Order: sequence, then C-alpha cells, then structure tokens
Amino acid sequence: MTTVRDTSEASAIYHFTVNGEPREAAVPGMRRLLDVLREDLGLTGTKEGCGEGECGACTVIVDDLVVDSCLVPVCQVEGADIRTVEGLSDAEARALSPLQQAFLERGGAQCGICTPGMLMAAQAYLDDGGPANEADIREAIAGNLCRCTGYTKIIDAIEAAAIARDEAIEDDESEDEDEE
Amino acid sequence: MLEPPVVSPASLSEALSLRASGGYRPIAGGTDLMVQLAADVAEPDAVLDLSRLAELKGVSTDGYEVTIGALTTYTELRHSPVISARLRALAEAAATIGAAQIQNRGTIGGNICNASPAGDTLPVLLAVDAQFDLASVRGERTVQAREFWTGYRQLALTDDELLLRVRFAVDRTRHTRFRKVGTRAAQAISKVVIALSYRSDGGVWRDVRVALGSVAPTPIRATATEAALEGTRPGEAVADQAAQVLAGEIQPIDDVRSSAVYRRSVSARVLHRLLREEGGW
Repeated sequence: MTTVRDTSEASAIYHFTVNGEPREAAVPGMRRLLDVLREDLGLTGTKEGCGEGECGACTVIVDDLVVDSCLVPVCQVEGADIRTVEGLSDAEARALSPLQQAFLERGGAQCGICTPGMLMAAQAYLDDGGPANEADIREAIAGNLCRCTGYTKIIDAIEAAAIARDEAIEDDESEDEDEE
Repeated sequence: MLEPPVVSPASLSEALSLRASGGYRPIAGGTDLMVQLAADVAEPDAVLDLSRLAELKGVSTDGYEVTIGALTTYTELRHSPVISARLRALAEAAATIGAAQIQNRGTIGGNICNASPAGDTLPVLLAVDAQFDLASVRGERTVQAREFWTGYRQLALTDDELLLRVRFAVDRTRHTRFRKVGTRAAQAISKVVIALSYRSDGGVWRDVRVALGSVAPTPIRATATEAALEGTRPGEAVADQAAQVLAGEIQPIDDVRSSAVYRRSVSARVLHRLLREEGGW
C-alpha cells in the first residue's frame, strides 16, 4: 500500500466496498466511518448511539470483523470490505435476511435504535459459524446495548437464525449426497 | 469535532521521519484516540496513522522470547497459539477488554501508550518483566515495562519515538495469573486489575511479581507484597499476611468507577483467592 496524505489543501480519496459495491469518498481521513456512511454515502441504516464505543449501535462489519464505526477513521478502511445493515436483505426479491426475519418473528426489535448494530454483530457471529448457544450468543452481542428488550428475545432470534442456518447446511449436504 | 489532517505512511522509516518532524499524534486501533478526539480531549495538529505498518503486526517466538508487534489486536492475542501456550494470562486480559468491537480494533501498543492506569494488559506485562522496543530516527532502544509509565499518563516515550514491539522471556517454570474486577463482564473499565507471577522452584516461590492497575496513577508493582511472598511456599498464613501487606501498600482513590475502600479491600481478597487457587488449599 502506498502512503496517503490528507493535507489541509486536499482531502485524500479513500476506496472500499460497501455491501459489495465499490465506493469512494473524498473526505478527511480522520472522519469517522460512521459519518462517511451516513453523511457522505447516505446510508443511514447505521445508527449513532453513544459515539464512544460503549453501545454498539453503529456496529458494522469490516473485513469480516465487527467494529464500532464511530471509532474507525475512514483512512483505516482503505481497500476494506464493509458490510452494513442495508446489505442484509435481498433488495431485488424484497426479502428480509433469515436473521432479520427471525428478529421480526421473535420480537427482537422494539424501539429499533440498537437493531442495525445488533443485527450486524449477530450476522458476524453467524457467518463465523457461531453455535445456537446462549452463552456464546451473549458474548457475541456483549458490545451491543439494548434498553428495551432485556435481550431475551434478541438472543432467541439469533439462536433461531443459527438453528435455521445449521438446518440449511444439513439440507445442502443431504442434497449433495442425493446427487452422488 | 473538526477532523485533524492525517498521514498514513506505508513504511516504518517514513513513519519515524514524520514523527520526528513533530506535531503528529499516532493512532493505532483508535479505540481510545477516537473517543478523545470526539470529546475534544485530544486536539492534535495532525495524526499519524500506523495501521499500514505490517511490520508492527503479529506474534512470534524463537523459543526463548515472545515478541508481540505493537499493532497486534486483542482479538489476535486471544487467538494466538503462542500467547495461549506462553502467557495465557495475557489472552485472558485481552478477553476482558470491551467486547468484540473493541477487541477487533484495540491494540496492545495502544493499551501501553494510552497509559491509562486501568489498562487491562499492563499489569500482566509488568508481572512478566516485559520489555518495550522503541524507535526513532535516532535509532532503537529498549525500556523495561517497569520504567515505562512514569506518572499519570506520562510515558518514557519521547515525542519522536514509536513503540515497535513488546518482548518477554519464555520461562516454562513461570506461572502467571490475571483477574479483573469490573461492573460487568463486558464493556467495563476495571475497578481493580491484578496480575500475579512467580517461578516455582520445587514449590518455593521465586521472582514473585504482583502488579495492579486502577489503584495508583500508573500501573504498579506491589513490591512489599512481592517481598512477603518471595521464597515462601504460600499457604493460608502466608496468603493472609500478603493480602494484609497489599491492602496497606496500595493507595487507591475514590472516583466514578469505585471507591478507595472497595479497591483496597477487593485487591487484598483477589490476591488471597489467587494464592489459594495456585496453592490448591
């Protein structure tokens, strides 16, 4: 990677992908990823809660890892793959993701301010193969505060999504066996 | 908050030249500095983004010593086979910091240089006599962890230096334990953090280290407590005495997270518990 200078005369241009789409932003390098997403790219699904890394409302996935986007300067995501809540659903099919559907069915969202961040923390957990196990799920969302639900229904939803994921994998495997 | 200008150098030599030119505040994972910037607590003229310096990332060992690059994250420490085998207490400390979002970004070098008295990895580094390699355009030098934090958020790091790596000796006879007391298991800044380390010489404790955070303006070694344990086979009577010495030795304060009385009491009790667990009595 080459050295990037962001001087007062001219902002650098930063390049990355958001939900699979190549994007660029000509912004000060110390601008928070949260602000670049919301203000510069118009992706307002990611929420600001505390702005200091305590609440997790601004959680997004950068190169497969959950981060608080309020704590990440955009200069540190050059070339990165960023996923936000806007990327979960299938826009063409107008279908929620299995995780979003589970939140809907289990009552995992109330006021909604924590929901985008909670979904992204849970999605990273599911993508990483996290089990349908309450203790592990609790640790995975320990950095995401919810003041409405008491967490029980959120954990139920993530557990249901993990079970559905595992069943889908088993179905795929049995189909593969049928083909053989 | 108006964003300060930032430079993201691609090489260490360039980073050191920039640092030598003055005015640049380094940023690693940003979990402390971004908060300070948002609150206008830190108002640097310019920022030096270290994140592209691959040579400062990762854990390695040559069998005699473990080397941790300053940009190694807490998540990487938690998952490192070398750390699990050689200093599990450091992985345990990393696991208590924030939650996944913080552990994926925060670095050991940032924990060291942010120099909070509550820095969770710092007592572990003190307890194993870690050394810090610093560099500037003038060259490299090594500072003992014990000599690094000189006062409240004061460092033995000059304005033109960067922390490159942390090193500690591999010693199979050394046992190290870690315990943190906070309000909850995640996202808590410590009320008290403690590390205990010793070499077992046929059951006799040698080179005992007791290090604490959140009980003084810097992370500290409790040397009187160490002396009370040195050369003993800690049973209940020794543990009672060491805990009493520790309670008398530390000078914690009342603040938003805890009280001096609580910190003094819980430090002694946690040490006592660790001694009991290690002694198996």
